[in-house]
Amino acid sequence: MRGGQLKSQPARLLVKLVKFKMLFIIVPAYNEEKNIGRVVSGLFEHGYNNVVVVDDGSDDGTSETAKGAGAEVIIHPVNRGQGAALQTGQDYAIREGAEIVVHFDGDGQFNPEDIAPAIELINSGDCDVVLGSKLLDGRSKIPWTKRRIIIPLARFLNHIFTGVKLSDVHNGFRVLNRLALEKIEITNSGMAHNTEIVRKIREHGLKFKEHPVEVTYYKYGQGARGGLQIVFDLLISKIIK
Amino acid sequence: MLIQYLLVLIFLYGLVRSITRFRHKEFSKTNLVVWIILWLVGIVVVLIPDVTFSIARVFGVGRGADLVVYLSLAVLFLVVFRLVSKTEKMERDITKLTRKIALEKVTKK
Repeated sequence: MRGGQLKSQPARLLVKLVKFKMLFIIVPAYNEEKNIGRVVSGLFEHGYNNVVVVDDGSDDGTSETAKGAGAEVIIHPVNRGQGAALQTGQDYAIREGAEIVVHFDGDGQFNPEDIAPAIELINSGDCDVVLGSKLLDGRSKIPWTKRRIIIPLARFLNHIFTGVKLSDVHNGFRVLNRLALEKIEITNSGMAHNTEIVRKIREHGLKFKEHPVEVTYYKYGQGARGGLQIVFDLLISKIIK
Repeated sequence: MLIQYLLVLIFLYGLVRSITRFRHKEFSKTNLVVWIILWLVGIVVVLIPDVTFSIARVFGVGRGADLVVYLSLAVLFLVVFRLVSKTEKMERDITKLTRKIALEKVTKK
């Protein structure tokens, strides 16, 4: 079915966007020396040649590897967190005149094949933001503690903080059109930016859709401490503007 | 009582530190005055606990020591809140700086 869609009008527009460098893939990466090369070349293989890796103050050879693979690399001199890295990428994309940006994790958990259909969703004009979800099809193998405990808990907290119901809250796969790119300014440096983005989608009345993506777990994720940090960051950001 | 000596020593240390910090110009004059008053009040309260008794009565608290604990807690909460706010502000400023430096280094294509 997907193959048939590629011949459609939006697909031609997609080819145009890629060609004219209006489509930016933003890849935040922190100490991903082992994975970043594979991620970047995977994107290039799928025709995305405008890859911006934001090296968030890595101690290893992340930026060299990314550069070697052909990506444009922006380097944070010190580590500031994934939210900060994404916003740096977004600022760059805005400056360069991007029409569409894709958030794509640097650890290799995503599949580049999921990008094209997501961009088609944006091009069809039905939505401003596409949010990836690993729970909409059966491709992702999710550890049961995540599926049964962590994801439902995150979903509940997200609903409280943002008022939006999502199947998969902390998914780093997103596609934003120019409007969303300008409206969604990420101020939460840490991992709470996921919730912040959803909140801003709602605040600015942006249209969004969830879209199935495949997630391959190479490592478990953030652990309990990371989760608590997110809740703490959210509470602080409620108090301090 | 031993606790009195211990507390007085701690407060005296604080007093001395405040003065040295002022001498090294790390402290403003108002800061110095406020801290000296605080340390002195601490020392007086520890050495002559009865003074708090009459003040406590005015506030409607039974014992002087209780009044001190209540007030200290309130002040501590305020200080912590201020610190957290300041740190958060600093974090955001550092992020802004980092972003600026990072983006300046990327040459326009």
